[in-house]
Amino acid sequence: MDFPILTYMTFIPLLGMIVVMFTRKESVQLIRWESAFFSFIPLLLSIVMLAKYNGSVPDFQFIEQHEWIPSIGISYFMGADGISVPMLFLTALLSFVSIVASFNIQERVKEYFAFFLLLETGMMGVFCALDFFLFYIFWEIMLVPMYFLIGVWGGPRKEYAAIKFFLYTLFGSVFMLVGILVLYFAVEPHTLNMLTLIEYNSTYTHAFQIVLFPLFFIAFAIKVPMWPFHTWLPDAHVEAPTAVSVILAGILLKMGLYGLLRIGYPMFPEAAVYYAIPIGVIAVIGIVYGALVSMAQKDLKKLVAYSSVSHMGFCVLGLAALSVTGFAGCVFQMFSHGCLTGAMFLLVGILYDRAHTREIAAFGGLGVKLPLYTGIFTLFAMGSLGLPGLSGFVSEFMIFIGAFGSNFVPTWMVVLAVLGVVLTAGYILRMVQRIFLGPFNTKWEGLTEINGREIFTLVPLGILTILVGVYPKPLVDIISATLENLIRVMGM
Amino acid sequence: MNLTLIIPEIFLFLWALLVLFVDFFTAEEKKHRLGPLSLVGIVITVVLVVISGQGQAFGEMFSADYYSLSFAIIFLGSAFLAISTSIDFARQRIKHQGEYYALILLSTVGMMFLAASRELLSMYVSLELTTISLFVLSAYLKTELKSSEAGLKYMILGAASSAILLYGISLLYGITGTTVLKGIQAELVGSAFPGPLLVISLVFIIAGFSFKLAAVPFHMWAPDVYEGAPTPITAYLSVASKGAGLAAMVRVFFGSLLPVTSEWIPLFMALATMTMVLGNIVAIRQSNIKRMLAYSSIAQVGYILVALSAASELATTSMILYLMVYMFANIGAFAVVIAFYNHSGTDEICEYAGLSRRSPFLAISLVIFFLSLVGIPPLAGFVGKYLLFMAAIQKGYYWLVGVAVLTSVISLFYYMNVVRQMYFRKPTKSDPVKVSWSLRLALILSLIGVIAVGVYPDPFVSLISKAASVFVY
Repeated sequence: MDFPILTYMTFIPLLGMIVVMFTRKESVQLIRWESAFFSFIPLLLSIVMLAKYNGSVPDFQFIEQHEWIPSIGISYFMGADGISVPMLFLTALLSFVSIVASFNIQERVKEYFAFFLLLETGMMGVFCALDFFLFYIFWEIMLVPMYFLIGVWGGPRKEYAAIKFFLYTLFGSVFMLVGILVLYFAVEPHTLNMLTLIEYNSTYTHAFQIVLFPLFFIAFAIKVPMWPFHTWLPDAHVEAPTAVSVILAGILLKMGLYGLLRIGYPMFPEAAVYYAIPIGVIAVIGIVYGALVSMAQKDLKKLVAYSSVSHMGFCVLGLAALSVTGFAGCVFQMFSHGCLTGAMFLLVGILYDRAHTREIAAFGGLGVKLPLYTGIFTLFAMGSLGLPGLSGFVSEFMIFIGAFGSNFVPTWMVVLAVLGVVLTAGYILRMVQRIFLGPFNTKWEGLTEINGREIFTLVPLGILTILVGVYPKPLVDIISATLENLIRVMGM
Repeated sequence: MNLTLIIPEIFLFLWALLVLFVDFFTAEEKKHRLGPLSLVGIVITVVLVVISGQGQAFGEMFSADYYSLSFAIIFLGSAFLAISTSIDFARQRIKHQGEYYALILLSTVGMMFLAASRELLSMYVSLELTTISLFVLSAYLKTELKSSEAGLKYMILGAASSAILLYGISLLYGITGTTVLKGIQAELVGSAFPGPLLVISLVFIIAGFSFKLAAVPFHMWAPDVYEGAPTPITAYLSVASKGAGLAAMVRVFFGSLLPVTSEWIPLFMALATMTMVLGNIVAIRQSNIKRMLAYSSIAQVGYILVALSAASELATTSMILYLMVYMFANIGAFAVVIAFYNHSGTDEICEYAGLSRRSPFLAISLVIFFLSLVGIPPLAGFVGKYLLFMAAIQKGYYWLVGVAVLTSVISLFYYMNVVRQMYFRKPTKSDPVKVSWSLRLALILSLIGVIAVGVYPDPFVSLISKAASVFVY
């Protein structure tokens, strides 16, 4: 494959950012369409990539490798495998959808879209970088536009949320930096090529792995976020503007899991086994705690935010299971949750734009006034609670099978996790009931139905949710060879 | 006697005299033209430095090698940027502009000699030329109390630390019988001790140099001097004083004291830790941007000392590269501060509110410089820190690197404090800040430096590695 599709997918948004920066800030409509255009191209490319990806081969495809800083063993190395391909597609899709959803931003439009496009570059780069230095660059680049997007266009506590997000995530990242530096010296000749470092995983001593894995784990645990490192999430998600919350929940959270699948587990398999039970415990706590706290929320956006903590807990359980099915469930949940929660945040934003409140108790019987909106909302809510027929069920089911049959995860954890599903149903159904069902609260007589642009942003997500729920095979085909290879590389 | 080797230094010295001479004939209103005149002199000196050969002169006192070349370029670069940011500032607020520019050039001459010295006394004399010029420059705003205080504080503490340094040098001479660095190394390799006298001399030497670097606990002069001095001079001394101290320290410690690393490496590790922790934590509470940048500069030295403790070729490469990176980011940040001060007359952080709407270019430049200082990729600061920490990890100093990365995270907070004001707050005035051509030049050069070295550092790393291989580790 000679066409450097990954480089284009990653850097076209950056080009878009430069174009937007040179556009006069008064030409607001032009800026919006420029941004949509420059995020649509990576989406097209990602669909091309999906089509061209050969799922039966576990190796990396679309590889690009060039010398960059040879004096310290760094190269420009990009590639995609079964784990990154769905993520790249999800990133491109959610970025495009979020940019279209951001058309209603009125203030400082130029800077908003400039930061957004820079963010997209960072996110795409993380999923295809195969050199540690390059990976770290993209990982960190994302933090800067996020800080500005939350801090300038966010809600009442935006400054606090923005700096908390930046500091917390940077704190985790620097541990990863130390880990990267140590890994550099671990192999002769010194290199930062991830694939080489994975190949040598049998040469790392047990003690080495036990110490290094936590360094990377902290960085990823903060990103996921795993309990107890989750406290930045409610603030960041709630205070961020709608589209930014979509990106945060839909993509950024997945990077922690991606990091574990790409780096943490293949490079340190013995540590993965050693820490399997603590990781499982963290997962279960995340599931149950997240669900219980969601149930107690009065603010709709905060409820959805905490539900992310809970859903990510399922992913972590799948990882802790250390089996192909568990990993597959995790990747599925990553993809499915991206679509579902992305849609949920969009829906919350749509309601907030009209009602200017997110307090659940303030609503009631909206199903009468906004039937279309209610239908769409219910669809994604059902997906969130794992209704069979939608993608959430497939992923959770795979995680439970993987964890139940695993030697590394005791059965009681799976039982508790399934209990978490009941709790999830609890808070989601209650939320739907209190907002949409029951007698109509006449205070909302003036609400308008969901409009065309908003439906446009939700339709792709809805289609994917139903498609993956009813016919998951295409996605399974993409990821299975890679995951089987991963398990083999880990020596399980 | 190969005098051709010191042609660049002699040229710059003569150019400084030329500036003084021209100043004598220039009318008051036209004196600001001396600034561009000095810039021309610097550019010619850079060309001379690059084309002049390598070799030794004056016995073993002077050595023109890749090490002195790298530092000379950094010093000349910082002088160029500092003068460029001065032109408007000097025009508005400084009397005796001729002497001002001449002193900056003379200070640079001192630093160029310093980087090339391989003998302790000539190193000391060069250091004095550098710092005495800086003492005078710090006090240059004659009508401001803080400036006089800055100059006096700097001079008194600087003189005291120079005396201590000289005492340490004399003790070292007493032990080894020579002040030539190679000779000292030969003596120390041969002998069996290190006795207590050596330890005392090392402590004095480290104390003397640490003052120049503003390392904790010898940093107390820095915040007051940085705040009081005219801001272009603050910018210059934030790079020059540290660069000079670093050039001398690396030359002395790696060029003559490597046989006794067990005596001084733990000292540097302790200094590094204290410096990083104190510099970063105290910066959080600052409300004046110059003081904040002073403490941030103190903290930056801490990171450099981490690599100094590693004492390897990679360490030297990383330190010199970091100095260069730090020069771009720091002088760039000060350029924004100067532009703002020229326009509004204040250095308080809260006055920067809404700058992103008033002057988007200035605001985003400052953001980029701050992010480089924190060490966020893909900027130069990240590459610099990456290499510094790589040198330390190579030697197994995991805890030291742990402290360094954690304090880097802390530093994010106080830099973002300024960014917060600029971007998240509404402006109190709405007029854009006027930026003169010379300031714009300095800003753009610094931006290019910070981004170029970050995205494509390889040519710089290769050149500087040659400088690092001057020593035998």
